[in-house]
Amino acid sequence: MTVLEQRGAYRPSPPPAWQPRTDPAPLLPDAEPYRVLGTESAAGTDPGLLLRLYAQLVRGRRYNTQATALTKQGRLAVYPSSTGQEACQIGAALALEERDWLFPSYRDTLAVIARGVDPVEALTLLRGDWHSGYDPCAHRVAPLSTPLATQLPHAVGLAHAARLKGDDVVALAMVGDGGTSEGDFHEALNFAAVWQAPVVFLVQNNGFAISVPLAKQTAAPSLAHKAVGYGMPGRLVDGNDAAAVHQVLGEAVRHARAGGGPTLVEAVTYRLDAHTNADDATRYREDAEVAAWRAHDPVELLERELTARGLLDEAGIEAARKDAETMAASLRERMNRDPEPDPMALFDHVYAENTAQLREQRALLRAELEAEREPSGGPGEEPGAREGGAR
Amino acid sequence: MTTVTVKPATLAQALTRAMRDAMADDPAVHVLGEDVGTLGGVFRVTDGLAKEFGQDRCTDTPLAEAGILGTAVGMAMYGLRPVVEMQFDAFAYPAFEQLVSHVSRMRNRTRGRMPLPITVRIPYGGGIGGVEHHSDSSEAYYMATPGLHVVTPATVADAYGLLRRSIASDDPVVFLEPKRLYWSKDAWNPEQPTEVAPLGRAVVRRPGTSATLITYGPSLPVCLEAAEAARAEGWDLEVVDLRSLVPFDDETVCAAVRRTGRAVVVHESTGFGGPGGEIAARITERCFHHLEAPVLRVAGFDIPYPPPMLERHHLPGVDRILDAVARLQWEAGS
Ligand SMILES: Cc1ncc(C[n+]2csc(CCOP(=O)(O)OP(=O)(O)O)c2C)c(N)n1
Repeated sequence: MTVLEQRGAYRPSPPPAWQPRTDPAPLLPDAEPYRVLGTESAAGTDPGLLLRLYAQLVRGRRYNTQATALTKQGRLAVYPSSTGQEACQIGAALALEERDWLFPSYRDTLAVIARGVDPVEALTLLRGDWHSGYDPCAHRVAPLSTPLATQLPHAVGLAHAARLKGDDVVALAMVGDGGTSEGDFHEALNFAAVWQAPVVFLVQNNGFAISVPLAKQTAAPSLAHKAVGYGMPGRLVDGNDAAAVHQVLGEAVRHARAGGGPTLVEAVTYRLDAHTNADDATRYREDAEVAAWRAHDPVELLERELTARGLLDEAGIEAARKDAETMAASLRERMNRDPEPDPMALFDHVYAENTAQLREQRALLRAELEAEREPSGGPGEEPGAREGGAR
Repeated sequence: MTTVTVKPATLAQALTRAMRDAMADDPAVHVLGEDVGTLGGVFRVTDGLAKEFGQDRCTDTPLAEAGILGTAVGMAMYGLRPVVEMQFDAFAYPAFEQLVSHVSRMRNRTRGRMPLPITVRIPYGGGIGGVEHHSDSSEAYYMATPGLHVVTPATVADAYGLLRRSIASDDPVVFLEPKRLYWSKDAWNPEQPTEVAPLGRAVVRRPGTSATLITYGPSLPVCLEAAEAARAEGWDLEVVDLRSLVPFDDETVCAAVRRTGRAVVVHESTGFGGPGGEIAARITERCFHHLEAPVLRVAGFDIPYPPPMLERHHLPGVDRILDAVARLQWEAGS
């Protein structure tokens, strides 16, 4: 008798709580991205929610144009614009409760500020005065992650820990289409499904990973299909439809909170701007493609719905724009001041308690800075520089 | 007689040319990585290769560093010579497993029957105002892994020559490209890439008599500048460019140190556990009786690479080098 012929060897008798999936069909995503705006289901959506989403979308768009302008003025080292993706980021973030956690990728500044983080603090990483400008615990927002997909296992671990502690906290983990190719994506989804962790994975499929189109990233029918192999449901949603994103994410969050385990959501959207201000998008895509997506603009989609239903008029649009303008003016004004990061802070947070070596290096830098301030003394006269310099 | 034009070229252009020539000479040479095809790489170092050789020879891969290097292992097992691009220093870490567990030791574990001629190109180092994870100096990790060559050019001619040598090498090479020197220019004749130094040979960039600065990659121009500035203080500094960290050229380095009796190792990677410790130890072991002072190190601080607004305080600059040089007037018992 071979090992596989032994009774129960291929499918060991499961512990009572564990049910192997026998039918993948319920896990499969719809063939078409789910839509609300412009369909019958729109009528059933809460007008208050739609207006809230609209106000945030208009702000988000303005935030992107303002931040992009700030890169041109040298105020930001880099800015990865999310213009075109506002509905994904805001629709998703607003589906969370205050006690939930967000694990953003470097492009997700709109989701971060939708959680209440100060717009200036959300830009600290990109301005370059520190690596993370906000307190992750205060807002339950992990630092913006630059290495792709590496934050996904963190989200799984946090959600798992919360459940072990008996808290009904959900983690939302965001990743790009390119990031789904990384090994960490696979490991995170697998852990989440095996542990039935309360996590929602949101893939913003914006068409490109820098220059590489989706077709060169995956051969799957959709990224949402990847869920099935892990044993979790996959959902496909129109990422430019804020109401649809909010609804799908809301369901996934409630499902996770209720103990139903993780969901993988793919939001189909488009990156209207270049990858960052440093990228030349004309090298890898046609203007016609961009123009086609502009016609499916997330802000306009929602605006059309709201005006058609009589929930928004010219005055309402004007008010939203004014509010966004006020936010942009404040952002501009606060970002136009030179930040003065303290060089001595370089040594403050490497360890809870500084090592002797770091104390020495700290003394060296202090002496250098003092010598810079009083050039008359000259670096040679600083005793600290001599001793601290023995490195 | 034909006259060859010697035009200024950037270090990045010399690297491109090296890959182009290697691909033209040997159909086994394949380039792969994120954005290397259509875009020509985020630093444009692979620009034009996909156009000239097709996407099968210069391939945009899915976004997965472990996958890129892991598949390169298989390609090399089947007789190709993959040249892999990692987009930035810190984004090579997902591929670390492949590098350490397979790439570095395949020759050894197969008793020489399966060498892996893979070149892993990694832009590294700071000084370009990059945000988090875009400025790491990871050379010490690679140096600590037996089986890997670790090479880093600092001049345009070396960029060409060393990359050609690396691709031709039957052993895996971690080819570290100092990204802040990508746009630095030298007069360079691509038709006659002068003598192509073999891997593992350091070079004296500037002869001197008072002390020897030992450096590589991004810190070379800083050391040359420091040597100029030191003249005002009456110091005649020698500058050695290692070019290759593994294998290490003890001969050139020790000859230089014996001439001057004093040495400072300069690099922007951390000092503690960094390359300088190994270099200083080797010099001490081999040149103890010639040394007039302890071998000193000028390195980056032992901190995670700082945000761009503070990196100038971290990177070893001319003043910090001169300060160390001043300390070489060491007297026993001081
Ligand atoms: C591990 C890792 N490899 C490479 C990079 C360099 N890089 C930054 S963004 C990017 C493309 C990301 O594409 P995608 O995941 O689709 O997200 P998007 O930029 O479209 O939001 C790459 C390759 C990185 N940040 N991390």
